[in-house]
This record gives sequence, structure tokens and C-alpha cells, in this order.
Amino acid sequence: MQFSIYRFNPETDRKPYMQEYVLEESAIRPGMMLLDALLAIKAGDDTLGFRRSCGEGVCGSDGMNINGRNGLACITPLNELKTPIVIRPLPGLPVIRDLIVDMEVFYRQYRAVRPWLINNDPVPEVEHRQSPSEREQLDGLYECILCACCSTSCPSFWWNPDKFLGPASLLQAWRFLADSRDQAANERLDELDGPFRLFRCHTIMNCVDVCPKGLNPTRAIGHIKELMVKQSF
Amino acid sequence: MNLPRRKFDTLIIGAGGGGLRAALQLSQADARVAVVSKVFPTRSHTVAAQGGVNAALANVLPDNWHWHMFDTVKGSDYLGDQDAIEYMCRAAPQAVYELEHFGVPFSRQQDGRIYQRRFGGQSRDFGGEQAARTCAAADRTGHAILHTLYQQNLRAKTHFFDEFFAIDLVRDREGYILGAFVMEIATGEVMIIEAKTTLIATGGVGQLFRTNTNALINTGDGMAMALRAGIPLQDMEFVQFHPTGIAGKGMLISEGARGEGGFLVNCEGERFMERYAPQAKDLASRDVVSRAIATEIRGGRGCGPGKDHVLLRLDHLDSDMIRKRLPAIRDMVLTFLHLDLCDTPAPVAPTVHYTMGGIPTNRFGQVVVPENQGPEETMPGLYAAGECACVSVHGGNRLGGNSLLDILVFGRAAANHIIGYLAENRYHRPMSDEEAEKSMARLARWDKRGEGESIDGLRTELGNVMEDYCGVFRTEEILKEGISRVEELVRRMDDATLKDHSRIFNTARVEAMELENLMDVALATVISAYSRKESRGAHSRMDYPDRDDLHWLRHSLYFREDRSIDYKPVRTKPLSVDAFPPKARTY
Ligand SMILES: Cc1cc2nc3c(=O)[nH]c(=O)nc-3n(C[C@H](O)[C@H](O)[C@H](O)COP(=O)(O)OP(=O)(O)OC[C@H]3O[C@@H](n4cnc5c(N)ncnc54)[C@H](O)[C@@H]3O)c2cc1C
Ligand code: SF4
Ligand code: SF4
Ligand code: FES
Repeated sequence: MQFSIYRFNPETDRKPYMQEYVLEESAIRPGMMLLDALLAIKAGDDTLGFRRSCGEGVCGSDGMNINGRNGLACITPLNELKTPIVIRPLPGLPVIRDLIVDMEVFYRQYRAVRPWLINNDPVPEVEHRQSPSEREQLDGLYECILCACCSTSCPSFWWNPDKFLGPASLLQAWRFLADSRDQAANERLDELDGPFRLFRCHTIMNCVDVCPKGLNPTRAIGHIKELMVKQSF
Repeated sequence: MNLPRRKFDTLIIGAGGGGLRAALQLSQADARVAVVSKVFPTRSHTVAAQGGVNAALANVLPDNWHWHMFDTVKGSDYLGDQDAIEYMCRAAPQAVYELEHFGVPFSRQQDGRIYQRRFGGQSRDFGGEQAARTCAAADRTGHAILHTLYQQNLRAKTHFFDEFFAIDLVRDREGYILGAFVMEIATGEVMIIEAKTTLIATGGVGQLFRTNTNALINTGDGMAMALRAGIPLQDMEFVQFHPTGIAGKGMLISEGARGEGGFLVNCEGERFMERYAPQAKDLASRDVVSRAIATEIRGGRGCGPGKDHVLLRLDHLDSDMIRKRLPAIRDMVLTFLHLDLCDTPAPVAPTVHYTMGGIPTNRFGQVVVPENQGPEETMPGLYAAGECACVSVHGGNRLGGNSLLDILVFGRAAANHIIGYLAENRYHRPMSDEEAEKSMARLARWDKRGEGESIDGLRTELGNVMEDYCGVFRTEEILKEGISRVEELVRRMDDATLKDHSRIFNTARVEAMELENLMDVALATVISAYSRKESRGAHSRMDYPDRDDLHWLRHSLYFREDRSIDYKPVRTKPLSVDAFPPKARTY
């Protein structure tokens, strides 16, 4: 099986290049994921750099661009990929080395939406009450693993990473707006107002398409817009 | 060479649930905290925890902390320290309510309170009916907790060093730990983080074994750092095998799956747990269920062409309930096995999951070592919490849902103790350049060039040796062979070389240092297992099939320097209630 992998080490390479690797058919087991293949390649060439940790799609370490589409290597089955498999780092972020990108812009956007619960009531001795239907509002939001597959597939994010917050952060913004326990809705909405932070989303839906957790940032963005309209009356 | 230095009140190594809970407490108390993690915090292994966290909230069924305490002591096969266990079980409800206040999206029941599910080893009324004690956020509880704790730390402005690899602790001549020698992975730059207090929260060491449920980063770094600083590791022979790892692959199917009504069958379709644990059946303690599965397989009643696994059935349950309560597990099984738990059973087998042993601490998180005065002298300013530590609340076998609890309760307890320590110790102790630079050699060693053993090859061999010679069933002969094989691998490590000598994000070098750590912890594990001549909890010796309280109701301590074992008594006296004396363990 053939692979074509983006390589760049700023210490030694003047510019990035694609390196071809071959994995013998005998090394391929049924049910193998792309991450298993990358680990096998790395066993032969320890200079190949990529991040990984959980191996089961919950930690968000190994987002990469696989045959032109962002995804997690650890839950991408090898047999569903056309060969040669072309692997590049997530687009739109500075490359540190090989498949490893500098995610600081993405994290900064995340921090910018103040992704924490704000509740100013005296702290109760027990839990806040939240009905199952109120809790259900958080499904499809809290599961985000911050893999950046969505934001780095979003054209508005590529062009305006400093101003547009990107789908992942906006999904988190909505996660707290939607939480019956949160009391900072007005401040949150004020902070999102303006032509860029939220409104640069042109509902192109790339983000929804690639999210490995099946989340829907576009819908969340739509909800925020609706709420803003409601609040302005 | 003058290494760059940064100074903080507290250095926390590890940004899993344990490290982050402690960091939050300290940041809120206005201490200057540095959190060092080799991965971005939300990628720590706590994110993978599925089922939930135990606390006697009594939201679903009657419950109280004393029953929880009994179950934990019994689950530990009486090796747990009862003062620490009482402390943890009493603190549990508060620990969970705090999480809820921080924003954790717990699942809810109709009245709006936190949903709790049934887990293994839980009873009401000291061994009676099944209890429901595990607070859950669907089957993504660890994810929900880790992200929430990270978010609250952002709010509290904790200082993070993301993707920094801690190489070794810095220790002065008098034995004080003054901080750590760390490397920024992205640049390869090294520096010293000086701290008045250091908390090790580096998690477990599942990667010792070929098949495990753990993340690839779980390489026992903190445990090995402690060993190299002269600190022993406690009870390392106790390695938990989870009954339901996906056969051959290792991904975990939470005990929550059985808590929601799933059960195990052998190749004859028999629900065999009824024979091994007539009352608790599939929800007996993990060591009991894992041994039962292994016994079925050895008896030729395993399933599949290799007869090497059993089946976990959920197909008799309501599929809407499965989608709602176990969505991530159903997804994972779909992804990795292409089958839907709603209508097809999954192949499962006992799989290495959790490290009961670790760095010895007391219930304040202080690291304790045998010194002149007694077996548990504290090391001033040094703390450990979470899976890398051994308090010991889990003893010979951890109950499901008690580890998330452990990291929360003792992460917080350590932070509280640190706050007191900082008030009395206002200044950093001086650190000489010589002390600071001692660890440079460990890094420089990987600059060696030329042909040599490959790291990947040695790691694979180590996983195989540990699995084959330190597995579910152990004997003197097998373990002896295990020791000599691990020793041989440790020797071969000296000949290992890397091809990659670059500085920028050199993952090969990180993996090499992780493997060195694994080697140190592997020796601790098999030597401890060889030395304990009884069967207790997860440590099951075919040549000594019974528990032997007369000789072995004691903790083992492994020392790296001379690869020796020492022992210390179990703390059988709780804080306020009567002790639970050892009894035969039936479920
Ligand atoms: C699949 C799975 C499911 C589980 N489900 C449950 C459950 O439902 N309930 C329950 O109670 N328990 C569960 N557990 C157990 C529980 O999740 C863990 O024991 C617990 O999360 C460990 O937390 P921790 O904070 O000690 O360590 P971790 O979360 O493992 O964090 C360790 C941290 O240390 C850092 N680190 C390590 N080495 C270095 C180094 N050299 N330099 C810098 N940083 C370093 C890492 O980057 C990481 O941030 C589960 C475990 C697994 C494997
Ligand atoms: S829908 Fe909006 S956020 Fe998503 S990719 Fe398109 S522009 Fe970006
Ligand atoms: S929304 Fe989906 S794709 Fe985007 S960061 Fe979260 S998990 Fe990844
Ligand atoms: S390795 Fe964790 S998401 Fe892929």
C-alpha cells in the first residue's frame, strides 16, 4: 500500500516535500486504521513526526488532511482510502514539522469565547437542578474534542483567522449559551457581535462535513444568530 | 552551561484530571502554579474515561458513604488503607457537586438531579443489594470532567506549559525535590522549573503490556522519575485487567455496559458469571470477572475460531436506551468492529487497564518513604496524586468509578496541603548548577549515532514479555523467567540508537525516554509480582492460590537502586468508624 506524506523539518529542509512510503501487504491487518499504518511507517523511519495519544477518537490529537479531507487518523479505516494515500497537515495553520501544526490560533479562538460556565448565584450545597430536556440541549455540543478538523477546513477561518472565531469556538460559545445553568448570555452575545467574529460564517458546511464526532457547528452558529436577533427586540 | 530557569510556587507535572483539579484549587488560592504536560491538557488520558465517578449521592437508590467505604475496602481485597478510603468516600459527594458547579454536563434524571448508574462491586447495606453510585455524563464522563476542569483553569489563569516533557526531578543533597528538568517538545529547548512544592500527576502505565485500554502516552514517566530520585514504588504487582476490552484490540467497553443490563456469555451461550458470583453476577469486582473469563477461556469455553474471548451481550436491551446511555461506546464498536451493540454481541477479553500501585503517599498527597523514623516519613514539598500515586485507596483491586474519584479527591487534598506548606515555607531552597544539570546526561545519551537496537522493536518485545510473563495467572517459574527477560531488555536498551537527532518536535527522542521509563517500571512490576507469594485482588498466583493475611496483609515497596523489595503495614484503622477486618470475599 502506497503513501505520500508531507515532510518538513525546518532545521534541515528549505521547503516542504512529499515523501513516498510503501507498506507491504503482509503488514496490513484487517480492520487496520490509518494511525496503525503511520505507526508502522514510523517504526521504520523514526523521523516522521505526528501527534497521537488515545488511538480511539477521543483525545483529538491526530487531526490531519487525508486524501484532501480532514479527519482523525485513528478512526479512519485504511480500506476505505484510495491509494496512494496522500497525507498532509491540517491546512491553514503554521507547520511545526511534518504533520504537526501549531494550534495556538485555534486555542486562542477557543479561549476567546470564555468557554466556562458562568453562574453568579451563591453556591448550593448540592447540584444545580437541570431537567433531562434542558440537559439534552448540550448534546451534540459538549462532545467536541478540539481536534480542529472543522476550523481548518473552513474558508472563512483560512482568510480571517484573527477575526473570525471559527466553527469549533462558536460551537463552544453555543454550548454555554445553551446551558440552563449559565447566566452570562448577554455578555456572551455582545462579545460575538460585529461583522467578523460570528458573521463571517457563510454556511458553507465544510465543518459539518468533516467533524469526526458528527457535531454540527453550522447549526450552532445559526442558533447564536437567532438568539441575537431575538435579543435585539 | 547555564540552564534557563523559571520559578513558581508549585510545579504540577501532568494535566489529567488529578493535575488539573489540584491546579484549580491552587490558582483559586492565588498560588503561582505551573502545569507541565507532554500533551495539550484535554488530550490527557482522563479524557477516555467512560462510565463515571462514584459518590454516595443516593439520587437513584438509597446510599451512604459508609457503604461505599465498605465496598471499596472489600474491593481492595483488604489491602487498601482504611483511613484514606474513609476520607475519599466521605469527600466524594462534595467532589461531584463541585464538578457540577464547575459546569460538568452530567446526565440527569427526571427530577433534575445527577443520574447515577450501577457499577461493579457496589452494594447497599454492607454487601447487600446492588447500589447505583456512579455519576455519569452519558459514557463520556472523563471527557466532560477533563474539559470542564481545563476550562475552569483557563478562567483561573493557571500557567500552562503545553507539550513540555518532564525528564527528571531535581533533587538536592539533603533529599529535597526542588523542581524538574523539562524539555519543550516543539523546540527541543531544555530548562529548569524551580518550585517550592512539586506535585506528580502523570497517570498510569498501561503501555507496559501489549494489549491495553490505555493511551499511547501512558508510559509511567512520573513513577520512573520517582524511582530515579530514590523513591520506592508501592504495590506494583497489582495491575488491573478490565474484563471487557475489545478482544485483540484493547479498546475499552465500560463496566457501564453491564451496569445498564449487559451480560457475558461463553461459547455455549451460558451466562457463566452466575456460577462465579451468584449474587452480583456480571457486576462482581473486576478481578473476579476477569479471572472468571480467563478461566472459561482456559477451560475451552471461549468463543471465536481461536476460542480466545467471550461475548458481551446488550442486544436484549432497549436500543433507544443504549443510544442514550452508551452512545460513544456504541459508536466505537461500530467504528472498530463494524457491528452494532444494539443487535450484535461484542467479543471481549480481560485487558490491562489500570495501575493500582504507584508512588507511596498519605491521604494528604504527601509522598512518604521509609526513613530512620519509620516506614512513612514525608518528603517535604513533594506530592503525588492520581493514577501514578498509591494512597492506597484501591489496594489489590480498584472498583470501577473510584479512579476518577481518587484523582479529584486527592488532587484537591494535595493542593490544600500545599497551600498550608507554602504559607510556612515562603522561599525557594537554593539549587546549584550542578544539581540542575545532573539530568542533562539522560537527554544527551540519545545523541549517540550509528546502528543499534530500535526503540520500536524493544517496546514491542517489552509489551510481549510483560503480557506473557506477568499476566492474569502467575507462577514463580513464569515470573522468574519474566524478570530475566526484562533485565535482558534493560541491558539491550544501552545499545539503542535513534536515527532522528533533530531538535524540533523530535517524537523519536520523546518515545525513547518514555521507553526508558517503561523499563524501570516493568522491573518494579515483575519483581514485586515475583515477591508476593499469595493471591490477592488482581495479583493471582497459581502456586499460591489463597490470600494469606497472616504474612501478606502488607504493602510492598520496590527500590530501583538495588532492585530490592521491602514491606510496610496496611493502615487498617479508619479515621472515625470501626475497621473492616479481612473476610473471605464473595460476590
Ligand atoms: C478507557 C478508560 C476508561 C476509564 N473509565 C473510567 C471510569 O469510567 N471511571 C473511573 O473512575 N476511572 C476510569 N478510568 C481510569 C481513569 O480514567 C484514570 O485512572 C484517570 O483518569 C487517571 O487520571 P490522572 O490525572 O492520574 O492521569 P492522566 O489523565 O493519565 O494524566 C496524566 C498527565 O500527565 C502528563 N504526563 C505524563 N508524563 C509526563 C511527562 N514525562 N512530562 C510531562 N507531562 C507528563 C500527561 O500529559 C497527562 O497530562 C478509565 C481508564 C481508561 C483507560
Ligand atoms: S459553515 Fe461556517 S463555520 Fe462551517 S465551514 Fe462554513 S463558513 Fe466555516
Ligand atoms: S467540532 Fe468536531 S471537528 Fe471541530 S474541533 Fe470539535 S470535534 Fe473537532
Ligand atoms: S489519537 Fe486520540 S483522537 Fe486519534
